[in-house]
Formats: sequence, structure tokens, C-alpha cells
Amino acid sequence: MISIPLESGLLLAGILFALGVVGLLVRRNVVFVLMSLEIMLNAAGLAFIVAGARWGQPDGQVMFIFILTMAAAEVAVGLALILQIYHRFKTLDSDAASKMRG
Amino acid sequence: MLELLWIVPALPFLGFLLLVLFGKHLSRTGVALIGVGSVGISGILTILIAISFITAPPAGHHFAQTLWVWIDVAGFTPAIAFYLDSLSMIFMLVITFVGFLIHLYSSEFMLDDDGYSRFFAYMNLFIGSMLTLVMGNNLLLLYLGWEGVGLCSYLLIGFWYQDPANGYAARKAFVVTRVGDASMAVGLFLLFKHFSTLNIQSILTQAPDLWAIGAPVATAAALLLLGGAVGKSAQLPLQTWLPDAMAGPTPVSALIHAATMVTAGVYLIARMHVVFALSPIAMLIVAIVGALTLLLSGFSAITQVDIKRVLAYSTISQIGYMFLGLGVGAWSAAIFHFMIHAFFKALLFLGAGVIILTHHHEHNMFKMRGIRKQLPVTFWTFLIASGALAAFPLVTAGFYSKDAIIWYAWSSEQGSPLLWVAGFVGAFITAIYTFRMVFITFFGEPRMEATHKPGIRLKIPLVVLGTLSVIAGFLNLPETMGHFTPFSDFLHFALPAVRTFHETLTQEFFFQIYTALASLVGIYLAYFFFIRKFEFIVQFTKTTFGAALQRYWFSGWAFDWFYDLLFVRPYIWIARINKEDVFDLIYDGIAAISRVFNRMFSFTESGRIRAYAMSIVIGAIIILTIAVVL
Repeated sequence: MISIPLESGLLLAGILFALGVVGLLVRRNVVFVLMSLEIMLNAAGLAFIVAGARWGQPDGQVMFIFILTMAAAEVAVGLALILQIYHRFKTLDSDAASKMRG
Repeated sequence: MLELLWIVPALPFLGFLLLVLFGKHLSRTGVALIGVGSVGISGILTILIAISFITAPPAGHHFAQTLWVWIDVAGFTPAIAFYLDSLSMIFMLVITFVGFLIHLYSSEFMLDDDGYSRFFAYMNLFIGSMLTLVMGNNLLLLYLGWEGVGLCSYLLIGFWYQDPANGYAARKAFVVTRVGDASMAVGLFLLFKHFSTLNIQSILTQAPDLWAIGAPVATAAALLLLGGAVGKSAQLPLQTWLPDAMAGPTPVSALIHAATMVTAGVYLIARMHVVFALSPIAMLIVAIVGALTLLLSGFSAITQVDIKRVLAYSTISQIGYMFLGLGVGAWSAAIFHFMIHAFFKALLFLGAGVIILTHHHEHNMFKMRGIRKQLPVTFWTFLIASGALAAFPLVTAGFYSKDAIIWYAWSSEQGSPLLWVAGFVGAFITAIYTFRMVFITFFGEPRMEATHKPGIRLKIPLVVLGTLSVIAGFLNLPETMGHFTPFSDFLHFALPAVRTFHETLTQEFFFQIYTALASLVGIYLAYFFFIRKFEFIVQFTKTTFGAALQRYWFSGWAFDWFYDLLFVRPYIWIARINKEDVFDLIYDGIAAISRVFNRMFSFTESGRIRAYAMSIVIGAIIILTIAVVL
């Protein structure tokens, strides 16, 4: 079995996370924001898997399942919110929903 | 007999209570009976006590009576206790006797006034407080009386409160004397700290053991007490309130601002004489204050046109003599002058009151002129009192009392030629301004008619005080003239005799001739300038220098102006800029800073999710950087 070196895995996770962050920041469409969030969560999950494989521990996979569950719950709530926003503002632009500014 | 001592101050207080509670329902006769009667009975009682005190003196020539313990806190137990010795005896006699005469006088003088019962209530309260002051066995009780008379002085100066000027004069008197009272209070704290008691007699017995002569703390205590005395007795530099205090009714000026209250400072210094004797510097300052005051106010008196203001300045000047006497250690001479002064100055004020009452409440001497034919009794008694004030030789009491002070200013161990010169020049000026007043008011062409004749209740006090202004002087004759001194012998049970050196009878005799000459020449000059050659004075006041001098003296050496500039204006200025309290700035500042932060943070609350995400990312990066770098 070819073992993938830890550094490569973590690097990939880092790149994915960074991509997610950038997407989160630059995208105005709420659907894409949500997707960027998913990418970030999966990047974190990947880091756990890689670390778990490196140390031969199951904890990494346990954590990944937790993250997966949480992401599913988050998407459910997030999509509901997106529908509501679209209903109300007739757009998916996140900046449009800035009524709560101080 | 002596056990009845407590009734003497209790009666006027009772009169005060009755008049305050039921004064509105009483007729004028009833008010007068209570007001005059309470003081009259207390006067008779005082005389009986005095007779018993002199004929059958108690052990040690003093008598103390404790009524009850006033306060009992941690070893501080001042009692409501009275102390009778020859000093307080003399003050009590003067207060009740002169007080009674002035009450009697007021019962006619104030007859047409709406505040008849209010007037007598205040007057009775005053007599009660003044008696408390001189009889108190501890300094706290003395202080209670001290503040009580200050309150009555305030109430009675502003008695005709409808005129704002009177209210202003009352407030001025109250505030200026308060300056002195604060100093006195600090003095009491100092004494209590060192002696752990405020009992006067135990302080006086302990002080020489605890403090050496000239000890700084003794000087401090003496000077602080002097501060109180200076305020109450209208001496330099707190004399400015007394001329304005003439806004009150004339009997008030006679009782409070001539005979009794303003001499409370003299009493205080005489009472605490041991403390003062321990500090030669303080004694010297007392003498200098007296000498300066008697000169400055004497010059001011020469230029006044209001008859009551002449008398006010003359009162300041005569109390200056008493301070001079105290300062050179001539305790009994000062107290003798206090008594004589109470007689003749009360008489002068009462005489002036009759004139004012019968001349449409006119105060200006130049508008009256030549009224001796209209008011013969007033004229003759006023003349006698003026003679006493001007120390007319041999026949008036004022000569014997003032001469003693001037002589001791020279011959006492603490005396000095300069102090003597001040007293001598003062005597000369006194004669001038006194007889200027007499000549202007009573001589010349009449310009006003008296509206009515004074009644019997106005005349009796004049005649009695006039008699006393002559014969009381024979209670204390100097060594050159018989050396008959029952007054000072009596007083020496409470106060030490004056210590003198370079004293020969011939010298004393010559000094008496100088003083007598000063008085006579002064009277002649007053006659010359104000009757014969009045145009000289008119001419002189028209020159630039003369006009400036007159204005300067008239305003009392511009002390009012100076204090206004030095204290009143800066105070008002500070009050104005500090209208919003300076300490509020701290709390306002805290509020302003939180408001700035609030604005900053509410700006970040933009409602844009991406901005929030951005700030989270930036924050995370910063924290990571810090974690990596450190």
C-alpha cells in the first residue's frame, strides 16, 4: 500500500481551505457562499483523515463523521435561509440582506 | 443665691420661646411685658447675684454650676455648665443691665413696627445667647453662644427684610464673621487635641505646664482664637461688616453692634488670657491689630455723613483700644473700657435713634442741624456720651478708661512708644470726629423740625446711661488721682494685674496731661472747623487731594473695594466658569468615551456577511501570526 505522505495531504487540505475562504469572501451569491463553506468543512475533514491515517488512529475518522453530520445539518438550515432570503429580497446577493447593520 | 445662676440666661430664652410661639396672639403691651420683663428680671437677678458674689465671695472667687452633660462621646464630655468669676460677672451685669435699658427703649422705639413681637423674640434670643457666651464653662458652650449671637445679629440687621440692601448687609455681616468663626473653630480643635478637654479652667491651668513661653503651638492657638475675636469684634482685617450692619434698627445697633456682641472678641481674649500670655508674638499682634484699627476707623469716622456710620466707625475704633489694652497685658483696663464703652456708646446710639425717629428716619447729619432746642434731653445726654467718647478730662468716665489703656500702652512691659503714639493720635482723632458729629447735628441753623416729642420710655435709658457715663469712671481712678480702684481689684481675682516698668507718678501725670490735651485740642479743632470756619473744610474737599482723601476715608480705606476685587469677584468668576461642576467632567468624559466606542463598533456592524467573514479571517490570521512568531 502506497502511503501518501502527511505533508501532501495537509497541503491539499490547506489549499482547499484557502480556496473555501477566498470563495466565501469574494462570492456574493449566497449559494456559492454556502458551497465555499462546505469546501472549508471538507478541507478540515480531510486534515483529520490524513492525520488519523498518519498516526493509525480511528479518531480522525470519528471526527470526520461528526463534521459530515454537522455539515448536513448546516446545509439544511442554510438552504432554508437561502430560500427565505430569495423570497424576501428576490435576489441571492448576500449584501442585499444587510438590514441588520447597526 | 449663686445657685440661681442658671435662671439668668434661661429667662431671656423663655421670653424668646413665648414670643415665638404666641407672639402673634399677644397685644403690643403683652409682647413688651414679656420681652422687656424677661430681661429686666434677669437683670435684677444678676444684680442680686453680684451683691452676693461680692459680699460673700465663694471659695477661690469663682463659682461653677453644672446643669447636665451635653454630649458624651469617647472622653469628650462638654457639659451645660456655667462659670461665674469677676470677669463673667462684669459682662453679665453689662449685658443684662444695658440690655434691659435698650429693651425698654425699643418698646417705644419699635411701637409702630409690624414686626414688634418678632423684634423682641430676636432680642431676647440675643440676650440669652450672649449670656451663654460669657457664662459658658467650656469653649463649646461659649462657641454655641458665639454662633447664637451671630445668628441674632444676622436676623436683626436684616430685620427690615423688605429692602434688599438690608438683606445684603445682613448676609455680609454673617459671611465676614463666619471667616473669623472658622478660624476660631480650628483653634478649638487645636486646643482639644492638646488638652483633651474644652473646659476653659482646666485649659488655663494646664497650659503653662504643657507649653513653654513662646512655643509655636501656643502662638498658633492664640492666633486662631484671635481670628475669631477679630471677626466678631470687627477689627482689622475683618472690620468691613460693621458699618453696613447699621442697616438694622437703631436699638439693635446700640445693643449688638456697640455694647455687647462686638465686644465678645475682647471677652474671648481676656478669658483665654493664659494662652495669649504664653505667646508674646500673639500679644504683640493683638496690640498692633488694635492700634491699626483704632487709627484707620478713626479717620474713616471723620468723613461720614450718616450719624450711625460715624458711631459704627467709632465703635470699631474703641474696640481697637480694648484690643490695644489686651495686647499690652492691661487686661483690667481693657475690660474697664469695655464697660464704660458699653454705657456711652449705647447711649450715643439710643440718642441717635431718638433723633432719627423724630426726624422722618433721616440719617444724614447735614440735613438735621441745630436740633438741640427741639430735643433737650437727647442733646444733653448725647453731649455727655460724646464727652465720654472723646475722653473729656476729669468729668467723664471715658477719660479714665481710655487714659488707662493709653498709659499702659507706654508703661507696660509689652508696651512700646509706637503703640502709645497710635493710642494718643487715636484719642485726638476721636475727639475731632465725635464733636464734628455733635456740632453738625445739634448746632447751626435748624433744617428740620422734630415731628414729635420722645416719650418716657425713650428718655429713661438716656438719662440712666448718661449718669453712668459720668460716674462709672470713678470706679477705677488712676494712681495719680486717688488710686481708688475697686474695679480692677475685683477683676484681679480672674485676670492678672498689668506688669509695668519705668513707672513714676510724675511720668504718669504728664502722660495724662498729654491725653487730656489731645482730647481738648481735638474738641477745639472740631469747633473751629465745623462751626466757625466750615468753609475751610468745604474748600479742602474741593481740591483734588482733599476729594480723593475724603472719598478714600469715606469708603473705609477702600477695604470693601479691595475685598470685592480680591475675593468676591474671583469667587463669582470661578462660580460662573464652574457652573457645570468640574468633577462632572470625569463622568461626562467616561460617557463621551463610551459613546465614541459605540459609534466605532456600530460602524463595523454593517450587516454584510462577507465583511464579518473577512474580519474573522483577518483576526484568525493575526492570531496565527502571533502564535507562529512568538
